[in-house]
Amino acid sequence: MTMNSKRRGITQAIAAVAIGAGVAGASPAALAQKQYGPGVTDKEIKIGNIMPYSGPASAYGAIGKAAAGYYQMINDQGGVNGRKINFVSLDDGYSPPKTLEQARKLVEQDNVLALVTTLGTPTNSAIHKYMNQRKVPHLFIATGATKWGDPKGYPWTMGFQPSYQPEAKIYVQHILETKPNAKIAILYQNDDYGKDYLKGFEDGLGDKAKSMIVAKVSYEVTDPTIDSQMVQLKASGADTFFNITIPKFAAMAIKKAAEIGWKPTHYLNSVSNSAGAVMVPAGAENGIGIITGLYWKEPDDPEFANDKAILEYLAFMKKYLPQADTKDLNYLYGYSNAMTVVEVLKKSGDNLTRENVMKQAAALKDFTVPTLLPGINVSTAPDDFFPIERMQTARWDGKRWVRFGKVLGR
Amino acid sequence: MEAFLLQVLSGVTNGGIYAAVGLALVMIYQSTHHINFAQGEMATFATYIAWALIQLGLPYWIAFAATLVIAFAGGIAIQRLILRPVEKAPVLTNVIVFIGLLVIFNAVSGMLFDHTIKVFPSPFPKEGMLISKYFSGHQLGSTLVTLAVLLCIFSFLRFTPIGLAMRAAALNPDSARLVGIKVSWMLAIGWGFAAAVGAVAGMMVAPIVFLDPNMMSGILLYGFAAALLGGIDNPWGAVVGGLIVGVLENLLGAYVIGTELKLTVALVLIVAILTIKPDGLFGKTVVTRV
Amino acid sequence: MNQLNRWPVWMIFGIGLLLLPFLIKDFRVFQLSLMLIYAIALLGLNILTGYGGQISLGHGAFYAIGGYCAAMLMDRFGLPYMATIPIAAAVCFVAGILMGFPALRLGGHYLALATFALALAMPQLLKFKHFEHFTGGVQGIILMKPTPPIEFSLFGQPLSEDRWLYFMVLGVTVIMFIIARNLLDGRIGRAIVAVRDQPIAAGALGVNLAVTKTITFGVSAAFTGVAGALGAITVAFVAPDSFNVFLSISFLVGVVVGGLASIPGAIFGAAFIQFVPNIADQISKSAPWAVYGVFLIALMYLAPNGIMGIINRRRRST
Repeated sequence: MTMNSKRRGITQAIAAVAIGAGVAGASPAALAQKQYGPGVTDKEIKIGNIMPYSGPASAYGAIGKAAAGYYQMINDQGGVNGRKINFVSLDDGYSPPKTLEQARKLVEQDNVLALVTTLGTPTNSAIHKYMNQRKVPHLFIATGATKWGDPKGYPWTMGFQPSYQPEAKIYVQHILETKPNAKIAILYQNDDYGKDYLKGFEDGLGDKAKSMIVAKVSYEVTDPTIDSQMVQLKASGADTFFNITIPKFAAMAIKKAAEIGWKPTHYLNSVSNSAGAVMVPAGAENGIGIITGLYWKEPDDPEFANDKAILEYLAFMKKYLPQADTKDLNYLYGYSNAMTVVEVLKKSGDNLTRENVMKQAAALKDFTVPTLLPGINVSTAPDDFFPIERMQTARWDGKRWVRFGKVLGR
Repeated sequence: MEAFLLQVLSGVTNGGIYAAVGLALVMIYQSTHHINFAQGEMATFATYIAWALIQLGLPYWIAFAATLVIAFAGGIAIQRLILRPVEKAPVLTNVIVFIGLLVIFNAVSGMLFDHTIKVFPSPFPKEGMLISKYFSGHQLGSTLVTLAVLLCIFSFLRFTPIGLAMRAAALNPDSARLVGIKVSWMLAIGWGFAAAVGAVAGMMVAPIVFLDPNMMSGILLYGFAAALLGGIDNPWGAVVGGLIVGVLENLLGAYVIGTELKLTVALVLIVAILTIKPDGLFGKTVVTRV
Repeated sequence: MNQLNRWPVWMIFGIGLLLLPFLIKDFRVFQLSLMLIYAIALLGLNILTGYGGQISLGHGAFYAIGGYCAAMLMDRFGLPYMATIPIAAAVCFVAGILMGFPALRLGGHYLALATFALALAMPQLLKFKHFEHFTGGVQGIILMKPTPPIEFSLFGQPLSEDRWLYFMVLGVTVIMFIIARNLLDGRIGRAIVAVRDQPIAAGALGVNLAVTKTITFGVSAAFTGVAGALGAITVAFVAPDSFNVFLSISFLVGVVVGGLASIPGAIFGAAFIQFVPNIADQISKSAPWAVYGVFLIALMYLAPNGIMGIINRRRRST
């Protein structure tokens, strides 16, 4: 290198540094500067979570346990950009006033950076306003209620899974295409979740709702069995069945339908389509022909026996949650949700303020979560607060879910 | 017509479940004059023990018998260790201890066995003579088991000396002591039996509703209602009460008020019946002398 | 008894209560408000169960009615939050009287079942679709938290929404406790206790058993209804899931832990049901409610008559 070019090189370098410094000075989001929000130090990022570890919804506590395990795994691998994740998870017993108390504790006392993966619709409703007033990211909450994707009204809250209403509309579409004169019976849980699906379904049918829906029956989570409801639905003469129940009752419904000899075209909501936790306990042959919307890869589906993502997941479960029942899809959900959180934290780099975390959460462009089915990914934008929106319809063949049709959704 | 019959029959099945739990409550009441709020959770825990034994490879009926023995011993242990210190305390203090037991059993079940639903096998055949589409093998079998348990309890309390001693200890502990009955041990045995009956109830229920830590929380209220409707001191009453509650609830939901209010209306009716017959349908009216 | 009537002690205690919110964080003030609200609810239940001897496993229902009253009046009819409290009290008084009628016939365990049934039916009623327009159905009602009417600062801490609410709740608590004290020390209170202990003798002395028992239910429900209304305002949200059966059971636990037939006991009971679950959560992550259960049973061993039982025993022996 000649003297001139060396000097040019140095000049260019100095110029670059100068410009770089100028740019860094001008835009606070540059990686060169460290900006910390609450709960963040050089060594640690503190995030909060509230789960029903006790009470009627305690089955969903598995999501929190899986997420905790995932963050532990990330910490063991060195953390996110050199910082360990401190995941503080509290119990609210599915009681909204308790959720509020725990949220306030996490935000005001423990000073967490964000609340993630909080579960339940009434429970999240109780803290919805609070989180937005305090400007704390309320991310990837574990419920499919449609109202969480509202960037204008509630810019700090974001959902995660496909929403219930669009999913119901997928089933409506299928019915209208394959069986336009269907007589439909619906069993729904008498709460937010059930009514959200119901609304989507009825809206999807529009004017035809009144003529096509011949029976609409509800149940409470405290009901011991739903035998009576199933008998009622069969008696209505319906030939199509939309099943809006949580896993325990879905298994009961499938079993009872077979017992009383009712074989409608059965649409099962995605909350309860786990092969291991629902289809097999209900009796695998009883469920043949049931249609659902899938977005996860099922861990014990032979199709994914050699799938890298599933193998990694199973290895993770073996190491961090050895006692857990891997057939429970809740664990997969928690694992994948935590993966998305880690991605957001990673992309925030050293600018770990609440504003930037929110910004990064709303800028996930086609982020691939490998436990999602091919063709389905996590995608957000400042006007799109629905991370996962796509699903593929699948039919149970007695052994596994066989996917058919296109991947639907945005 | 067929639907109506099916509703009634499924009500009878549910009623059998409520009756089984109600029987356990009556059993405890007969021997201790307390209503055990932890009965449901104890039954769930016992069912988990049975499940664990079956997972370990034991055949069903051996696991069943082993669970009964374990439950019996556990019931006695609970009475001796946990309830004896508050035997002389006011009624409500005992109630709070029961509530404490309730939350402990529920939490421990969840901690040891996870919250995912588990399949609990049914020992009864799926196909058979009497079985048609109106009655599954399990429904028939569990009804028979419940009746057998009822007969055992009834004959035990009525016809055996120990049963008599237990009833005496509960009705009038001081006089019973004067006659030489070890009142404390009678209470303990009562708890043992109640725990065993609860275990049976749990094992009959679990194949229908799937095993999870909150399996009994919905059923407990209905068991409570069944026991009180029939008269808290009458085992036959518990069975009849259970059947009434089960069938009533189903028919109300299907034909009268719809499922969105059936729990409310069923409860209103039960309270109404109790208002007319305040000691339950078959209960003994307790007359106090002034 | 003499010690508590000493004015200087009360003055210092009172001033402490007034200054406390400015010395601790907003979130703790919020928890204190919740505790005071539970104390009012427990006072209500104690009137019925402790003084009146009638067991209730369903006071969560009256708490729910009070809460929804306040929420509906604020949200659907635009009433100011202060005004909702007396209305909630009145509505719950009527509800309590209605519940008192079947209670006249039922005793002991049967009454427990009836009240338990009430607590269980309440969420279903609140979700009922024909009431949805008022109750918000399964979604519940989201409220605005009240803003303080004046600007104020002490020890460098501003009068935040939580602190303002604390003072309001404190004021209502003091008023309710004074009402309870006057009621229970007076003729009605003595009638209530007489009906509990010696119903026949009371009747012979001219106490109208039916009226007394029914009014006891009404008053008890009114107190808990006031607590419910305050709860709705403080949490700024009501939903059917907020009022499940466990709430009613917690109230019973609080009353027994604090001490039956004792007014100050309500504070101890409220502190227990508000804070002990949090403590249990910190002790054990995997089974916090088991720890809570152990605390409960241990407390019943040490204090079968509640915490006030221990305090009274100490006082009597000195």
